[in-house]
Amino acid sequence: MSEAMDGRRHDKVRTLRQISLKVGIVLSVGLFCLGPILWQAVTSVKLDQDLVRIPPIFPEQLTLSHYERVLFGSPIAQSLMNSLVVAASATVISIVVGTFCAFALARLPIAGKPIILGLVLSTSMFPPIAVISPLYLLMRELGLRDTLMAVGLTHAVYSLPLAVWLLTSFFRQLPAELYYAARVDGCTPLRALLTIFFPLARPGLAVAALLVFIFSWNEFMFALTLTASDSARTAPVAIALFPGLYEIPWGDIAAASLVVTLPVGALAILFQRHIVAGLTAGSVKG
Amino acid sequence: MSHLSERAWGYLLAAPAFVLLGFVALAPIGAAVWLSLYRRMPVFGIDEFIGAANYVQLWSDDRFWAACRVTLYFTTLSITAELVLGFGMALLLDRLTSQPGRSSQWGQVMILLPWAVPTVVSAQIWLWLYQPDYGLLNYLLLQVGLINAPIDWLADPDWAIHAAVVMDVWKTTPFAALLLLAGLKALPQDLYAAAKVDGAGPWERFRRITLPLLMPIIVIVLVFRTMDAVRVFDAVFVLTGGGPGNTTETLSIYAYKTLFQTLQFGYGSALATAMFIIVAGLTALYLFLLRRHFEDGV
Repeated sequence: MSEAMDGRRHDKVRTLRQISLKVGIVLSVGLFCLGPILWQAVTSVKLDQDLVRIPPIFPEQLTLSHYERVLFGSPIAQSLMNSLVVAASATVISIVVGTFCAFALARLPIAGKPIILGLVLSTSMFPPIAVISPLYLLMRELGLRDTLMAVGLTHAVYSLPLAVWLLTSFFRQLPAELYYAARVDGCTPLRALLTIFFPLARPGLAVAALLVFIFSWNEFMFALTLTASDSARTAPVAIALFPGLYEIPWGDIAAASLVVTLPVGALAILFQRHIVAGLTAGSVKG
Repeated sequence: MSHLSERAWGYLLAAPAFVLLGFVALAPIGAAVWLSLYRRMPVFGIDEFIGAANYVQLWSDDRFWAACRVTLYFTTLSITAELVLGFGMALLLDRLTSQPGRSSQWGQVMILLPWAVPTVVSAQIWLWLYQPDYGLLNYLLLQVGLINAPIDWLADPDWAIHAAVVMDVWKTTPFAALLLLAGLKALPQDLYAAAKVDGAGPWERFRRITLPLLMPIIVIVLVFRTMDAVRVFDAVFVLTGGGPGNTTETLSIYAYKTLFQTLQFGYGSALATAMFIIVAGLTALYLFLLRRHFEDGV
């Protein structure tokens, strides 16, 4: 009689163990990854007097005053707008220019393709510090220092390698026959790109655009050196230079951290599959 | 424009990218090398050509060598930890996500978030965690009994660099885990089945199948992470500013301070150029290691 029951109990124990294992994995990895962010979230709603004592870990009373101060009484709001303009324009420039270049590399018979691609990629390995002083002097000469344009343009160029790399491999996956058919029908290569390949490549373009946007939103060194005032500073710079008069305003900084992270965090959650595909493209090919 | 040849179209379409890269990336490198041959301190009105003198000075500059050691130490420690932890995380998540579903999505979201957090923000997060008096880290360690008195992590010359490493590991392990996880998912399952039939245990299977097949991805993770760690700036700059007593001053931070805080454009450019040469050397080495991958892939 017992064999069947034993088997069933065995199954039950096994699924229970499997479930608890899964929960354990999720909890430990989750604590490692999210713990510091959650602590910042807790800090951001603590009263000032609760910030300078521990325990308790979790406050009894919550406040939104830090958020209020960050959004209405600090340079963060302006810097968010600046970051939006910078990241959006960097994305547009990088994707448009990158698409042309990637299409040429993927479909047109230009000489020395591996060398060109290698050159483009190697610029992405430049340490920013190696170019920063001439770039700073160049932007000053052009009268662009402390403008959003200087930062946006720099971000666009330094994300170009990524865009070109991703889009080239994406264009290569699209059937070449489409291109030849369009050419036979009398399309110029540019027209073929715009009317046939551009629409087909939308998923790849979205991936590249996401990564460029996140890169630009988070970039610090160029944004720090090329700007000098709140009118052009991007969000990371504003966070790094967060004003504190006498003591460090931990609550305000925590609120500002979350506000600045929210846009890219939301993108990461909403488009996780695209982002993972983009990050792993080119590195995982079996 | 229909009379243009295919090839001409190719150059035409690739041109904007090259003009931009030329002006904003390649020309500045050249200019930095050129600047490094000058003594240029605008505040004092000094601007003279001095040839290689900056490099001679660099060679006997203790602070430069100290920065090299700090950078090397930081890089080695953090990429080792990232690789080991990332591998562990990838293996765990691989078990979790053997069938696609909600749990696999949650796993990915969790590890994507630290990656998405701006580096400067992660520095602020950790500054607060490391705070000696009301920081969570000291509180937890005291509660567990691992330490007897609060530690001022960022003011202690021995701890500060390690505190920076821990922050960097938190921020970038997810990236390593993500790539390794993608690699694990692409492994042929029949190999494992065959090995099981032959009586290979889990460790044996890991060592003989997983590790060798994942080697290309491990190398790629190493490349990406080394490049980022060697030029690390914002994370450490915001966390410690290079202190205490320059014990966390990486090459990028030293060059940045020389350029923009003491305004020595000539010597700062020499530092930056030296760093460019180091990174270029590493890049060449890695491209050599990865050449097979490049030939296959491109």
